[in-house]
Amino acid sequence: MNNVAIRALIRNDLRIYMTDRRAMIIGVLVPILIAAFFGYVFGGNDRAEAGKIPVAIVDEDESAVSRAIAADFAKEPLVLVQMLNRAQAEQAVRAGKIQVAAVIPRNFGAGATRALFSERAGPQVELLIDPSQSMSGRVVEGLFAQHGMQEITKEAFSGASGRAALTDSIARLDRASPADVPERAELKNLLEALRNLNVRTGSEGGGSALGSQRGLRIPYVVATTAITSARSVPYNGYAHSFAGMTTQFILLAGIDAGIVLLLVRERGIWQRLRSAPLGKAQYLLARIISTALIGLFQFTLIYTAAIAIFKVHIGGSFIGFAALAVALCVLNAAFGLMLAAIGRSAAATRGIAILATLLLVMVGGAWVPSFVFPKWLQQVSLALPTRWAVDGLDAMTWRGLGLDAAVAPILVLGAAATVCIAIAIWRFRWEE
Amino acid sequence: MLSITHLQKRFGDRIAVDDVSFEVRAGETLGLLGPNGAGKTTTLSIMSGLARPDKGSVSFQGQAVHQDANHLKRCVGLVPQELALYDELSAWANLELFGGLYGLAGEQLAHRAEEALTLVGLENRRGDRVKGFSGGMKRRLNIAGALLHDPELILLDEPTVGVDPQSRNAIFENLEELKRRGKTLLYTTHYMEEAERLCDRIVIIDHGRVIANDTVRGLYRRLPASRAVSLEIDGASADESLLSGLAALPGISSVQHTAGGVRIETDDFGAPLAGALEHIAGRGLRVTSVQTGQMNLEDVFIALTGHALRDGPAAGQS
Repeated sequence: MNNVAIRALIRNDLRIYMTDRRAMIIGVLVPILIAAFFGYVFGGNDRAEAGKIPVAIVDEDESAVSRAIAADFAKEPLVLVQMLNRAQAEQAVRAGKIQVAAVIPRNFGAGATRALFSERAGPQVELLIDPSQSMSGRVVEGLFAQHGMQEITKEAFSGASGRAALTDSIARLDRASPADVPERAELKNLLEALRNLNVRTGSEGGGSALGSQRGLRIPYVVATTAITSARSVPYNGYAHSFAGMTTQFILLAGIDAGIVLLLVRERGIWQRLRSAPLGKAQYLLARIISTALIGLFQFTLIYTAAIAIFKVHIGGSFIGFAALAVALCVLNAAFGLMLAAIGRSAAATRGIAILATLLLVMVGGAWVPSFVFPKWLQQVSLALPTRWAVDGLDAMTWRGLGLDAAVAPILVLGAAATVCIAIAIWRFRWEE
Repeated sequence: MLSITHLQKRFGDRIAVDDVSFEVRAGETLGLLGPNGAGKTTTLSIMSGLARPDKGSVSFQGQAVHQDANHLKRCVGLVPQELALYDELSAWANLELFGGLYGLAGEQLAHRAEEALTLVGLENRRGDRVKGFSGGMKRRLNIAGALLHDPELILLDEPTVGVDPQSRNAIFENLEELKRRGKTLLYTTHYMEEAERLCDRIVIIDHGRVIANDTVRGLYRRLPASRAVSLEIDGASADESLLSGLAALPGISSVQHTAGGVRIETDDFGAPLAGALEHIAGRGLRVTSVQTGQMNLEDVFIALTGHALRDGPAAGQS
């Protein structure tokens, strides 16, 4: 094997890459910019940065209860509240400016307080939602349940409409026959005790052990803990976007390498290369090494920016991360070589190759995480090396998993590279 | 040194090379002369191990090339017709690659690259990017790229295509220097004056077949005459009796019609020319211009094939 020739070819490819400074900068800068954009959209590296849900409250009741609920919403960190009328709210939702509008109907406060102590149906709160933001509707529904219950029970224990509702319920209990309500005496005692409490807290204006001034609250607290590489390391949305964009642009660099190879075939330089005492295997090996080295250089620069600027943390195995980088770059080189072997001309190959790569990275979860895909698509994406590359990089960065989690992705990337190389060796036309 | 025997190469239905045989002897400069599309480049590709013949064989130093193409490649330097250079790199970086392909490295590579650049007169431009070079400089660097491994045989595929006369002269001087150093050159061209100036022996190829293989002197001997006279005649017409009358004069080998008169081939400008002028005047015609010249390879090619080597006026007239 002519090692000097292989070294000469590798050095030459690296020289050509370094010569075109503009292309080199674009090849590094563009993935960083796109990853930064996606990372920011998906929450960045600070949970507080996550966008608030724009919500409208349409208060047609204008009771103490409805005003209190609106005030509670205004204090919620998850939502950004505007007070609108119904027509304005509908228009804003239709225009996409508001994701959810909660319409509190007339007599909501009184009706809901009465429904608390009787079998009557409560008033209906209508949620107007942007259908493209259905998850936001669920969030607002949950918040409404929490704040509505708190304010309605507060009114029941201390407000005037609560007192009226209790008096009304006691009167109806008195009118009911014992056969219909066998536990009438116990219920009446309970309602009268509540009315007494209402009268006392309402006149005193103070709190009580029952929390009558603040209503019933959820009797537990939910604490959310993000399981990342370490308790001290918060989830970083940039980590996933950098994994995806690096995978995408490394593969696109592979296409470029393949296209360059096709262009060389169309130039006199091809005759010069083939007139040298150099075999197909040596030539292909040199191309794989040089393309992989260029890919590693790009990978290193992109992740240097990710770590230094966007606080992406390699929380898992560094060896696994490095091995994944090498496997991805070898795959990229093999992919480019395969394109050069099966492509007829540079012009004809470029378009198809870019389309194929974008499909690979899109379905592989490089743009948006694969867990948001439908189940069947998640299964399909497992057949793509890009999915394994992105998952592997996720595992080594924000998930903080060990070397064992990198083994399967590395094997899949290695197997895909082997297939590409086999096709390249089979189809590459060295002699004419 | 290098011989090819009964080579045949097809591209689809078209036969590019058809039963071509000849030999390149050590130390000589052999010209492969023929019009565009005659099969010169295909023959050269097969000779340099780039293409496989459909039939026939190539042997180098007595050994069949298909047994060890790398031995041939190590001893041969190819100057492709298309510029084989990386425009974005410097002249030196290009030579470093080409030398590296032949296993050269370090001091040896630097020495050879220096030598090659000096030979082609580009030693002062080594660090400049090729994209800034003129066409002639690129051609010279293209030649330098084939010399780094000090090949015994240099195959040059139309190395002067598209260059100005000054650059062509510079390239010729480079090639003549290589000849003086004892290198064997195989030079393909469709410029007969180049072949005539440089080559010891010429193989003429047309439609994929060898139609002559001889020294320049030997090729001229195939012509019926060594000189030509073109006469412009006022009011001349395609008069067959004028042509036959001139052809019958002593010392005149052949006569053809030209656009404004006749062309006479002869070995002597004295008596035959005087006789021709007298014959024309006797027919009441007036000669307005007389041009004399040596016969050239274009004439040889026409004599052998019946058609011109390339488009445009025949060269060599003076």
